[in-house]
Amino acid sequence: MSTHRLLSLLTVVAAFVLAPHAASAQDERPTVRIGSKAFTESVVLGEILSRLAEDAGAGAIHRTLGGTPVVWHALLAGEIDCYVDYTGTIKEEILKGESITTIEQMRAELAERGIRMSQPIGFNNTYALGISRKLAEQHPDLKTVSDLRRYPDLRYGFGNEFMDRSDGWPALSAAYGLPRANASGLDHDLAYRGLEAGSIDVMDVYTTDAEIEYYGIRLLKDDQRFFPEYDAVILYREDLEERAPEVVPSLLRLAGTIDEAQMSQMNARAKLDQVPEPIVAADFVLEQFGIESNIELETRTQRLLRYTLEHLRLVGISVTAAILLAVPLGIVAAKVSWLGQFVLSAVGILQTIPSLALFVILIPLLGVGPLPAIAALFLYSLLPIVRNTYTGLHDISPPLLESAEALGLPSGAKLRLIELPLASRSILAGVKTAAVINIGTATLGGLINAGGYGEPIFSGIRLDRNDLLLEGAVPAALMALAAQGVFELSERWLVPKGLRTSAGQAE
Amino acid sequence: MFELRNVSKSYGERQVLAPLDLEIPTGRTLVLIGPSGCGKSTLLRLLLGLLEPDAGTVLFGGQEMSGPQVLELRHKVGYVIQGGGLFPHLTARGNVTLLADYLSRPADEVRQRVEELRQLTHLQPEAIDRYPAQLSGGQQQRVALMRGLMLDPAALLMDEPLGALDPLIRAELQRDLREIFRSLKKTVVFVTHDIGEAAYLADEIVLMRQGRIVQRGTIEDLLHRPADPFVTDFISAQRNPLEDVKGAGVK
Repeated sequence: MSTHRLLSLLTVVAAFVLAPHAASAQDERPTVRIGSKAFTESVVLGEILSRLAEDAGAGAIHRTLGGTPVVWHALLAGEIDCYVDYTGTIKEEILKGESITTIEQMRAELAERGIRMSQPIGFNNTYALGISRKLAEQHPDLKTVSDLRRYPDLRYGFGNEFMDRSDGWPALSAAYGLPRANASGLDHDLAYRGLEAGSIDVMDVYTTDAEIEYYGIRLLKDDQRFFPEYDAVILYREDLEERAPEVVPSLLRLAGTIDEAQMSQMNARAKLDQVPEPIVAADFVLEQFGIESNIELETRTQRLLRYTLEHLRLVGISVTAAILLAVPLGIVAAKVSWLGQFVLSAVGILQTIPSLALFVILIPLLGVGPLPAIAALFLYSLLPIVRNTYTGLHDISPPLLESAEALGLPSGAKLRLIELPLASRSILAGVKTAAVINIGTATLGGLINAGGYGEPIFSGIRLDRNDLLLEGAVPAALMALAAQGVFELSERWLVPKGLRTSAGQAE
Repeated sequence: MFELRNVSKSYGERQVLAPLDLEIPTGRTLVLIGPSGCGKSTLLRLLLGLLEPDAGTVLFGGQEMSGPQVLELRHKVGYVIQGGGLFPHLTARGNVTLLADYLSRPADEVRQRVEELRQLTHLQPEAIDRYPAQLSGGQQQRVALMRGLMLDPAALLMDEPLGALDPLIRAELQRDLREIFRSLKKTVVFVTHDIGEAAYLADEIVLMRQGRIVQRGTIEDLLHRPADPFVTDFISAQRNPLEDVKGAGVK
C-alpha cells in the first residue's frame, strides 16, 4: 500500500524536476559555449567573447566555472569551446612539465591537444604582492618583494591557487628567501577584506584587479623579475573552426584591443560600481566594435525563480535517483549479511570524498553543468538512505518477523506487505537527511556552472557583494527548512497510521 | 496430523532436541510443557518449518514440512505467539485479513469470516478497526487468534500465548480458548510452562525436559502414574496457594 504511494510520489517529484529540462528550444544556428573562471575579469571577458560570437551569427552560452583545472578540462572535454586564459598560467600550470621557453613552443604543445591560442588580447595580468595602505604608511621603506625579508613577522594570506601552484608561493618564497610557513590560503576576494581588516599583512593580487586602487594597496616591486608574463589570450578548440567558421575570426578581433588600464577599469565597474558584467561587456563591444547588444537582465524575481527551479532540479533528481538505487541496496544489505557490511562500507567511503574534489573528478566523465553536480549529490545521498533502509529492516523485532514468516507469504510479498511498511519511518528519515544535506551541498554546484543557489553565492563572493550572496544563501536555508517540513508532513501520508499511534491508548 | 520422525536440533554445541519421535493426533488439543529451555518452543517451530531439523523429518498431513511446499502448508496452520505478534502498521482487521487479501479471497467472504471470528473470540465490535497499539493485551491476543484461524486451518499452534497477561484476563482467555478448542475440534498444539493451564486445556500432555520427552499422557496419568520422579517434582513445584495454607495448618 505505502510502497505504491512512495512510487507515485517519486513519479510526481521526477516529473516536476525534469520539466525545466525539456523546455529548451531547438535552434538552427551553431552554438558556441564560452567558459570563464569564477572571477570578475574572466566573467567580463567571457561576456565579451559571447557578444563577439553572437555578432558572427552564432548562439552563445556562457558558463562560469571554478578555477583553471575545471575550465581547462572542460575545454579538453569539449564541454566549452573557448575561454580566456593567461600565458603564465598556461606555461606554469596547464603545460607544467613541458619546459616551454617560447610562445611558439606553447602554441605547438597546445595544438597537440587540439587547442589553439590567439594573439595576446593586450593586457598583462600578472601576479604581484600587495600590502595595505596602513602598513605602507607605517613602513615607507617597504617597497620591493626583497624588502619583505626584513619583516619576518608579517602574515601572508594568499588565494588557494597561488598557495599551491608551482609558480606561486612555494617558488616565490624560495626565490626571495621568505619564510614559507607564515602563509595561509584563503579565497582571493576574501583576502582583500582580510588585508583591509588587518588580519593579514601581505596578499597576492592580479595587476588588473579593481581593488588595488580602491583599497589603496601598495604593490611591491618584483625586483628579481620572478613573476612570468601573464598575457591574456583566447584558447579555443580546433574543431570550432569547422563547426562555426565565422565565429573564430570574430573572436580573434579581440587581439590587441584591451590594455591594463582598460581592463582594470572594467573590473572596477563590475566589481566596485556593481554594474552587471554583461553590461560592462556590452559597453565595451559597442565602443570597440560597434556591436549593439541586446542584454536582457533578469529581474530579481525571475532570477530567484530560476535559481529555485534549478536548485530543486539538482536536489530532486539526485535524491530520486538515489532512492531508486539505495532502497534496494539497503534491502540487499539487510537480507544478505555478508554483502551488508560491504555495501555499507562502500557507500560510507563515498561520503568521505570532499564534494569539490568529487565535482572535479566527474568533469572528464560528465562535463560541467548540472550533470556532474547531480551525479555527486546522488552519490552523497546513497549513504543515509541505504543505512536507514538497512537499519529499518534490521530493527524489526524477532517476534514480528516470526509471525510474518509463519503466515506463509513468499519473501517478496512479506517484504512489501510487512517489512517495508514497518521500516518506512526509518527509510523516510534517511531520505529526509539526504535531501536536507543535498540542498546545502548543491550550492557548491555554483563552481561548475550547475545553476541553483550556488550561482548568486559565488557571484556574491566574487563581486564582494553581500546582497548577491544572501540571494543564494537565504533561499537555500529556507529550502532546507521547507524540505524538513514537507518530509514531516509526508510522514503522515507515507508512514502507516498504526506506527504513528502511540502505545498506551488502550482502554 | 503432525509426525516427527527421529528429529533432532542443536544450536551450535547445545543440543535442544535429542532425536525424538512424536505423533500428534488430529482434532485434539496437545499441550507441550516443561521448564524453560526444555525444547518445547523449538519443537513447535519445527512443526511449522520455521526451523529446519538437523536430522529426521517433520510431516504435516503426510507431507514433508520443508522445501517449496512449506509456504502453502503454512496456510493450513495457524500460529499464535506470546504477545500476539500483531503487525503495528495494520488495524486488527488488517492483521486478520492480510493473508486472505494476499490470496485474493472474495471481499464479502472475508468480511463475513472476520465477523464470525470476532464473535467466536469475544472481541468487542469497536476493537476490530483499531491499531494494535490501541488494544489491551487481552484484545491483542484475541485478534492474534482470529488471524490464526482466518483461513480455517487444519491445525493451530500456540506458543505461550497467554504468558504476558495478568491473571484475571488470563483466566478469562483460558475459558474462552477451551470453549473454542472444544467447538472447533481442531488439532491444537499448545506450549505452556503452567501445569494448571495445561490441565485445564489439554486432551493430552507431553512433558519435556532437556530436549527429551519425559512422559506423554493425560493429566491423571501424570499425577497418578508418573514415569519419572521429575514428573512429580515438576507438577508439585507449582504451588497451589490453597494447599499451601492447609498444609501449614496440618504441620
